[in-house]
This record gives sequence, structure tokens and C-alpha cells, in this order.
Amino acid sequence: MPGSLTRLQRYYLLYTGGFILFVVALAILEDHGMPPRWIGYSFLIFTISMYAVIGIMSRTSDVSEFYVAGRRVPAFFNGMATGADWMSAASFIGLAGTLYLSGYQGLAFVLGWTGGFVLVALLLAPYLRRFGEYTIPDFLSARYGGNAIRMVAVGAAILASFVYVVAQIYGVGVITSRFVSLQFEIGVFVGLAGILVCSFLGGMRAVTWTQVAQYVILIIAYITPVAILSWSVTGNPVPQVVYGQVLQQVQQMEGRLFDSPAEVDARRLYRERADEYAQKIMQLPNSLVLEREQLTAKINELKASDAQMKDIVALEKQRRELPHDPEQARLRWETAMYAAAERAAPPIPHAAAFPGDDADAARAQRINFLALVFCLTVGTAALPHVLMRYYTTPSVRQARESVFWSLLFILLLYITAPAYAVFVKYEVFTHLVAIPIDKLPGWVAAWSKIGLVSIEDINRDGILQLAELSLNPDVIVLATPEIAGMPYVVSGLVAAGGLAAALSTADGLLLTITSALSHDVYYRVFRPQSSTQFRLVISKSLLLVVAVLAATVAAQKPGTILSMVAWAFSIAGSAFFPALVLGIFWRRATRAGALAGMVVGLSIAIYYIFRVEFDSVAWLGVSGLRMEPWFQVQSTSAGVFGVLAGFVTIIVVSLFTRAPESAADGFVDAIRRSRRRQDT
Amino acid sequence: MAHGLYWRKTRRLTFGLLVIWVFVTFVLTWYAPELNAFSLFGFPLGFYMAAQGSLVVYLVIIWYYNRRMRRLDEEFGIDDE
Repeated sequence: MPGSLTRLQRYYLLYTGGFILFVVALAILEDHGMPPRWIGYSFLIFTISMYAVIGIMSRTSDVSEFYVAGRRVPAFFNGMATGADWMSAASFIGLAGTLYLSGYQGLAFVLGWTGGFVLVALLLAPYLRRFGEYTIPDFLSARYGGNAIRMVAVGAAILASFVYVVAQIYGVGVITSRFVSLQFEIGVFVGLAGILVCSFLGGMRAVTWTQVAQYVILIIAYITPVAILSWSVTGNPVPQVVYGQVLQQVQQMEGRLFDSPAEVDARRLYRERADEYAQKIMQLPNSLVLEREQLTAKINELKASDAQMKDIVALEKQRRELPHDPEQARLRWETAMYAAAERAAPPIPHAAAFPGDDADAARAQRINFLALVFCLTVGTAALPHVLMRYYTTPSVRQARESVFWSLLFILLLYITAPAYAVFVKYEVFTHLVAIPIDKLPGWVAAWSKIGLVSIEDINRDGILQLAELSLNPDVIVLATPEIAGMPYVVSGLVAAGGLAAALSTADGLLLTITSALSHDVYYRVFRPQSSTQFRLVISKSLLLVVAVLAATVAAQKPGTILSMVAWAFSIAGSAFFPALVLGIFWRRATRAGALAGMVVGLSIAIYYIFRVEFDSVAWLGVSGLRMEPWFQVQSTSAGVFGVLAGFVTIIVVSLFTRAPESAADGFVDAIRRSRRRQDT
Repeated sequence: MAHGLYWRKTRRLTFGLLVIWVFVTFVLTWYAPELNAFSLFGFPLGFYMAAQGSLVVYLVIIWYYNRRMRRLDEEFGIDDE
């Protein structure tokens, strides 16, 4: 019933209808010969100008509007905005790919990224809202008192958010360069513009309403291709429901395929190749000299006979491209060795949980899976850009309800991602594997060109084996429209969705960093007397600086930054979660305890990541740092140790210091329950 | 004292639901290979729980918490709108 909808709901309904009409119009235009490039441009221009319009309409010069959207965001819309805020380029593009490649093992992300919202709902959101200030450092500083804890919190918030925002802008660059064929660096700055039109003009208020709009686009874009694929495979357009049957078929095919003679043979050849590289690496530097000599001998031999010129040129090119020195040879050959070893490994059935050659390996998998789930849940419940959103609702009750809506909207995507993986696997098994290589579908060649799909006929039988195919995780979502034979407009839609996911998360993160710097550092610590007008000027200028800085870093294409995002969860969880939860639930927690706990938790997480992941720091001249992981836990799950150490430290130090003063006591009372009606 | 009672009830509810959450998230997941021997809607059960089942339980936990807290607020005359 339209009459029962609020004004806002009518607006967004109209907007959604408008967007669908736009997509349909483009589909018709494509049918009449509109080139793909123009479709890409249309999506880019249409969506970014929509966000700009919302941004301009919500521009503000009020501090409360800028930081917390005036606390007027209804639960339903805050849930939607949180969904967009939360789901990043990694969730949109990467998750389905991870699930495709690692099957059950990838579900740690699905579990962790949704389970964390239970912690938000039960332990944090209502209390943060009842407190009702602007930032997470605000909360910690009010509970424990003093600026030291505020500064530690600001440091941790920026540390966790900055790498994250760089990864989002990087994602924008990747999407625009792939679908609109803009140059990567230009794409990055287009993304920057898309982010700034909202956050710069209207702060949290504009970001909130843009995120709602972005959620609508990203969820339509995510579900449409896989629904069409599901329809064409099973005749049922609800992939989340029917992929169980498809999974059964996949399992049957796995049983037939994995141990077929051709597969076993291809894997053996890769194994041999890996061993060969291992040999060569061991015999460095002689092996490099030998290889050069062999090539030279071969070239001379060919030159002596009357071989084709192009064969000689090819060999000479090969010789030119040999590594220049043993160090380079080691690096290059190690990469090649790992790649070959990966292809040589027997594939793992999609639904198999914790596979391992022996009981020990299986146990390590189990521990790592649970450790990762733990870090992702706790990290989810501690990332400041998510928690900040619960300051924006009108009441505590609405804050509670908005966590429900958040999880519901996020679920829609996370329930779909495993379906994506299974459907694409089904397609790969039926239309790619055991097919002659010259008869493969067109999308394989198209994505091979940009290096996301690679095929090598190692056993030279002219037929593709599973072991001979390697897919980049990103390709699963990006190529599904083509895999299902859909028109280009669907690909454009997916690109627009990925863009929306990346932009919305970047907006939220940028605002977190800015408010930490301008509100917590500048206003609270350095200039408490500054006027509200001036605070806003400071915020907006800082926002600009941070955004340009993040885009500049992203334009350098830093490879490691993408893996650093996984660490953000461990860092945020270790720094914030124990101090926040104990601050609410344990009256006895003291300032010294919290400060020590945050520093210890953060340090342990960073220390662990560092020692497990890196062996040397070139610019410090240190090497030999690498240590054996504790209990076989990988560095992405460093938070397990950080969070536990944080809790223990806070409890022990608190018990050894004097109980908090009555101010903290009053604070705890105030956040644990709202005042009664008759009191106010 | 009414104040203490409200908090005690909130705390009991919170911890009760957290126990369910820990059970679903960590205990069931630990036994996923064993659960995979069973099947539900065509999915191996362990896989289904991690891909859908647990997620729905999470949603129900939050829904139930909100409902109970709303009741509790009414009972104690709290209205923070």
C-alpha cells in the first residue's frame, strides 16, 4: 500500500524504479546497436551523477549533521546504509571468487562477516547510541577519562581504516579500467570525485543517503546475473534456494573428473615442472649460467642449419628475457615453482570441510578456520566506520532495530555469494573441462587477454583439463554475465554495482578517518575552544587531504595493500573490542587497564602479523625475522592472540589499579539504561 | 531496586543469546566434516550451516533480542524516542 509508506520510502522506491528503467532502456539501446563502450560510460555517468545529486541535496554546514546525520536516520534506512558501508569491493567482487577457489574453506568469510553483527547488536550498538556522541574514541575517552586513550584509539582507527580505503579506491580503478577502458590512474581519480561529491559537501548526512542509493544498485547488480544463470541452468530464478541441487551435480562431476587419467597426468606434469624449478633454484647460480649456455648452443645450432628465422628470433628473445642475476632468478623461479605446485595439487571437493592429507593437517585447517571466523566477527564488531553508523539513529530502540536491518540487507549478498561459486563451477565443469581447447566459449579468450584466466595445454592433448585452467578470483563475478551469455548491459550493471560497493565503503571509511582527526585530535585535544564553523572547515579540508592521499597511494598499484585489508580486522578487533565491551559490561575496568589492554592487544596483533609474514625490513637493514606461527595460526588471524591478550591485560591491570571514580560509575549507569519517562 | 533489575535482565538475555551464538558459530562449525554426512535441502549439512543456516540463526537472535528488549523497556517505562 503506497499510502502506508513514508516519504523517504517513496523517494527510494521511485529511485529504484528509475534505475531499473534506465537499465531496461540501455538494454533496448544495445539491441539497436549501441556499442559496449558507451554502455559502460552511461552506467558510470548515470550512477555517479545520481550520487552527486544526493550529495548536493544533502549538503550541510551543521556539525551534528556532518558527523552523525543529525541523528535522524530511521532504522530501516540506517540498516541499508550500513549494508553498503559494510560491503566493500572485496565482498562484491572477491568473495564469490574465494568461494569458488576454496569451497567450504571460503565460508569462514561468510560466517565471520555476518556473525559479527550479532556482537554489534548484543554488545555494542544500543550502548553506543545511548551514549550519543560522535566517534568511537569519544566513547572510550568518556568511559575511561583522559586524552591518552583517545589518542591510542585515533591511531588504531586510522591504521585500520586507511589501508581499507586505499583498497576501495584501488577497486574503483580496477573496475573503471576494465569496463569503461579508462586508464587505471584516471579511474582512480574518477573514483575520488565520486567519493568527494558526497562526503565533502554533506558529511555523514550525504554519505548516509548516498549509501542507501548505492545499496539498491549493488544488490540489484549482484543478484541479477546469478539469477539469470540459475534460471538457465535449473529453470528456477532463485539461486539461493536451488543451488543445493546444482552442488550435488557438481559433487558427482568432481567424483568423475578429479581422478580421470588425463587430470592425473596433467597434475603429474605440473609436479615435475615444480620439481625442476626447485632443482634449478637449489643449483643457483650455476643453473642460470647453464641455462644461458644451453640456449646459446641451441641458437647456434639452428643458425648453422637452415632453420626458420622466426624460431631463432623466438629463442633469442627467450635468452634476452632470462633473469639477469641469481637473485632475480630465484624470485622468478620461486613464483613459477609455486604456480606449478598449486596446479599440481589434487583439487578439493567443493563441500569438503577441513580436508588434509593427515590428521595433523586437518586439525590445522580446523583451527585456522575457526580462528579466522573469530577474527572476522570480532573485527566486524570493532571497525569504527561500521560502529559509527549506530550513532545516527533517532533512538536506542531504533539503533537495535537497525542492526537487524543491517544484517538482513547484508545477508542478501552473503547468501548469494556461495551460489555464485557453485553455479560458475557447474558451468566450468560442463562447458570448459574436457572440451577441446579451440572450441572453448568466447569469454575464456576475452578474459585471458587481460590475464584473469590462463590456460596451458601442458599434456598437449588439445583438450582442457581442470589442472590446466587457472582463474583469478575476481573473474567469477565479473565474467558471470558473459558465462551465461547475457548482453553487455548486464556486465555494465555488475560494474556499476562493484563501483557502488567500493564507493560507499570508501565514503564511510574516509569519514571515520576525518572525524578521528578533526573531531578527536583537533577539537577535543588541541583546540576545545574553536568555533563550530571553524571545526567544519577543518573537517572538510582534512577530508580532502586524506582522500587525495589515499587516491595517490592507490594509483601506485600497491600489491601488498590488498592483503593488508585482511589484517585490518585483526587490528581493529585487538585494539577496540576488549576495551569497548569491558567498558560497558564490567564496572571495575579502569583507565590504566583499558589503556594497557589496547596497547598490548594492538602490539601483539601487529607483532604477530609482522613476524609471521615478513622476513626482513630492507630500509631498517633487519633480516631473519620470520618465526614459526603459534599453533599453526595464519597471520590473517593474528587477532585471536591480540583480542585475548587485550582482555587479559585489561582485567589484570584493572584489578591491580584503584577502582574507577564515581564519574565512570555514573557513565556506566547512564549507558546501561535510558532514563524513565517520568524522570525526563 | 528497579534499576538493577533492568540491567540484570538485560545481561541475562544478552549472555543467553551469546551462548547460542557461540554454539552455532564455533561448536557446530568445528564438527562440519561430521555434519556433512547428513543432508538438508540437497546440501551437505555442514556446508549448509556455514552458507545459510547459521546466518538465519544470527538474524533470529537479533530479532528475538530486539523483541525482548522492547518488552523490557515497556515493563520499566523506558521510552527513548
